[in-house]
Amino acid sequence: MVLNLKEVWGYKDLLMMFVKRDFVTYYKQTILGPIWFFIQPIFTTLVYVFVFGNIAGLSTDGVPKVLFYLSGVTIWNYFADSFNKVSTTFKDNQQIFGKVYFPRIITPLSIVSSNLIKFTIQLLLFFGFLSYYLISGEDSISLNSVALLLPLLVGLMAGLGLGLGMMITSLTTKYRDLVFLLQFGIQLLMYATPVIYPLSTMPEKYKIFIQLNPMTGIIETFRYGFLGSGSFSSMLLLYSTLSTLILLLLGTYIFNKTEQNFIDTV
Amino acid sequence: MNAENVAIEVKDVSKQYRLGEIGSGTISKDLNRWWAKLRGKPDPYLRMGEVNDRTKKGGEFVWALKDLNFNINQGEIVGIIGKNGAGKSTLLKLLSKVTGPTTGTIKAKGRIAALLEVGTGFHPEMTGRENIYMNGTIMGMTRKEINEKLDEIVEFSGIAKYIDTPVKRYSSGMTVRLGFAIAAHLEPEILIVDEVLAVGDAEFQKKAIGKMKDVSGKGGRTVLFVSHNLGSIESLCAKCILMKNGQIQNIGPTKDIIEEYLNIDENSFLSANEIKRTVNLDDCKFSLEDISFWQNGTKQVGNSFFNGYPLEIKMQIEVTNDLPTFQFVVNIYTESMVLLSTSFRNEKKIMGEELEMGRYCLSITMPSDLFVGGNRYYVQPTFSITGKHLIHDIILPLEFAENGLYGRMIIGQTYNGELTLPIDWSTEKLNN
Repeated sequence: MVLNLKEVWGYKDLLMMFVKRDFVTYYKQTILGPIWFFIQPIFTTLVYVFVFGNIAGLSTDGVPKVLFYLSGVTIWNYFADSFNKVSTTFKDNQQIFGKVYFPRIITPLSIVSSNLIKFTIQLLLFFGFLSYYLISGEDSISLNSVALLLPLLVGLMAGLGLGLGMMITSLTTKYRDLVFLLQFGIQLLMYATPVIYPLSTMPEKYKIFIQLNPMTGIIETFRYGFLGSGSFSSMLLLYSTLSTLILLLLGTYIFNKTEQNFIDTV
Repeated sequence: MNAENVAIEVKDVSKQYRLGEIGSGTISKDLNRWWAKLRGKPDPYLRMGEVNDRTKKGGEFVWALKDLNFNINQGEIVGIIGKNGAGKSTLLKLLSKVTGPTTGTIKAKGRIAALLEVGTGFHPEMTGRENIYMNGTIMGMTRKEINEKLDEIVEFSGIAKYIDTPVKRYSSGMTVRLGFAIAAHLEPEILIVDEVLAVGDAEFQKKAIGKMKDVSGKGGRTVLFVSHNLGSIESLCAKCILMKNGQIQNIGPTKDIIEEYLNIDENSFLSANEIKRTVNLDDCKFSLEDISFWQNGTKQVGNSFFNGYPLEIKMQIEVTNDLPTFQFVVNIYTESMVLLSTSFRNEKKIMGEELEMGRYCLSITMPSDLFVGGNRYYVQPTFSITGKHLIHDIILPLEFAENGLYGRMIIGQTYNGELTLPIDWSTEKLNN
């Protein structure tokens, strides 16, 4: 492994600064400020409820549509935003990377961390809706102990976004085609993940393909734990964990290989 | 010299760059490379034995650096000089770990901070204070170290009043000052400085150079200093590395090395092809087309002039796009490289001013009876924009005839000193 963990640790303050910068500057000169964190998932959920829930009439496994889509959107957004942003690390930071050395992996780590804050806020929104439904006596929801796996799920999402993103950004320094592929690839990938439909409605024939997607195990576990919908499969979660670890290690390896000379090829 | 004292060890370092377009049809070559590597064969696309000569055309690869070997001891201040394209910047990038060498190894003892630019990572929306933390941590400082030095940094920068204002409201001069103030308070074991960053007014530059001397003197730190300003190299560094075409031409005491550098340059003096050069910027090309000397209304050939007439130096340049912060500076040195004078195109706008696209003839005229006959001077025109020297490696020797028909008549009396200043004399006989 070429990653020097001790060195990375020495730069932890830089990581904090990057996160702070992302935050301070993200909503500067906007009118609504941090309210944007809520607007995005709420509107997406509303549209999904309307289009997929009402017009297309897709099943939500019997749980309230709002909770079903909001959970999917919250989880998916964290992964997709991290993946998307990490996958342009080299391109976006070319200027800084060309002038100063620091362990490059700090940048993708900071992206995943600032997205984590955003995710936490959006998760609170989800909890708000969840409490509302629980208090109003909605009996189709059953919160259970699988929900305690939340930290693991968050770790897996971060790891997946990080690993895949680092791979893509490393490869795009040489092969630009990937940029185009990625733009619609992530969008399409959402449809290969049970975000807008439950895994249970998939025909047996295709289920295996959806299950190959490591995000499937994460979303299904989350929904099972908090909403009691679908099914919990420890095999599926184990698969997600293993594939995340492998992708993360591979991503880190390729990223570190690339960082040494990338500045010559961009 | 014992091994314990070595701060930086550079061994067989070469750096290859690829010319032309990168990224077209590389997959097949990458596979070939990979296949060769798998069999333990050398990279089939690395061609050995070529050196970096920009004037020669052809070839897909170029060695920006070739077979460098040197050691730098702890506490030394070492200057690096060479013409544009000699490999100075590449060497700095390798030493600062921004990019890796193609072959060879670089070993460094201790933390390295490289100032290839000031204010790296500054975010316009954040305040000066926030940016001190941003830039400081990018340079490898911890939050704690910055906390301890914050007051000092703010004071050094001289912009305490604006420290809580977003940096986007700063003038470019203030931004540079703040950036340098942070840089000056880094305390790495090894400091690598590209003098390009030392733009700013003269007083601030002096402060910065003084600080750099402190860093190596008191702290026993190692400083590597790349500069076009031979005067400051001479005053700062005891030892110097001269680079040419990506190789080390010589290492030795600064005085000898500067002399050698000037000799290299002299051979190309006034040969139009050597002076002509184009610098590629992101969206713009800057070209120097011609330099000519004029005295008494006629173009002069050679480098000998008469001090009895004004000497005009005309420089033809072309820019293909507007430059927002163009600055043109002329340094004049004595034969022993003491900086005599610096002159700006616009003294009031020391950070540069806008130059619209087009062709220009920039001309400077030096008055008559200023230079001393029999002396030799060097004139160094420098073209720059904020944070980057476009051209700085032209050094024009001027020689003034000792005496003669057109010169100052010197009969029996020699002029001493480096310049003859226009000093008025009067003698009044007082009758009481």
